[in-house]
Amino acid sequence: MIARYEFLLALAAVLFSLGLLGVMIRRNLLVVVMSLEVMLNAVVLSFVAAAAHTQTLHGAAMSFFVYVAATCEIALAMAMLVLLVRRRGTLDLSADQELKG
Amino acid sequence: MIDAFIVFFGVLALVFAGLVLTLRQPMRAALALVAHMICLAAIYAALAVHVVALFQVLIYVGAVMVFMVYTIMLLDDRDASMRQRYSAAVVPAVIVAVVVAAALLLLLGEPAPAAAAAGAPFGFTAFALAFMKQYWFHFELATVLLLVGIVAAWTVIRESR
Repeated sequence: MIARYEFLLALAAVLFSLGLLGVMIRRNLLVVVMSLEVMLNAVVLSFVAAAAHTQTLHGAAMSFFVYVAATCEIALAMAMLVLLVRRRGTLDLSADQELKG
Repeated sequence: MIDAFIVFFGVLALVFAGLVLTLRQPMRAALALVAHMICLAAIYAALAVHVVALFQVLIYVGAVMVFMVYTIMLLDDRDASMRQRYSAAVVPAVIVAVVVAAALLLLLGEPAPAAAAAGAPFGFTAFALAFMKQYWFHFELATVLLLVGIVAAWTVIRESR
C-alpha cells in the first residue's frame, strides 16, 4: 500500500510532465496557456501535499503566492495573446516564429 | 475512506489533464481544465487544507478560468490550429516529457520528511496570523507584483490602440 504523501507527489510529477507535454506539442496558443496552468497546479499540489504531510503552514502559504503569480500571469498572458492574434490573424503558434529567445 | 477519495479525484484530475491536451476545441479544453482544478480542490479539501481548497475554487476556477473563457469567446474559433492540433515535433516532445516524469519520479526515492500527527493548523485564524507575523514581507511583495501586473496590462491595452 503506497503512502498518501508519495501518491500525491507522484501525481504532481505526472501532472507536471503532462502540462509540459501540452506546452510542447499543442499548436493552439490558448491550449498552450492552459497547459501552463496544469503545470502550475501540479506545483501547488506538491506544496499542499508537503504542507499536509508535515502539518506546517509553509506549503499552504507558498501556494497562496503561486496563486497571486498565476493571476498576474494569466491577466498579462491573455492581453498579450489577444494582441498577438489581432496582429497575426491566427491562434497558431507557428505564425509567431520570429519571436526570439 | 479519505484515501479512496483522494485516489478517485487524483485519477479524475489526471484524466481531465489528458483531455486538456487532446481536445480540439479550446472551449472544451478550458472546461476540462475547470474540471481538473475542481478535482484538485477536492483533494485539498480531503487533506483538510480547506483554505487552499477555497482559494483554488475562488481564484482559479472563479477568476482565472472565467477570464480564459471570455478570451476564447473573443477570438475566432475557426482557426488553422483547430485542424492541425499538434506541432511537427511530437516525438521529441513526448521523449522529453517522459524523461522529465522519470526524473521527477526518481526524486521520490529520496527519504520523505517525518510525518506529523494530524492537527488543525489550516484554519483561517492560523493562516491569517501566519501572514501577519511570518509572511508580511512576502505579502507586500505580492501586492507590488499585482501592481506591476496592472501597469503592464494597461501598457498592453495602450499598445493595442
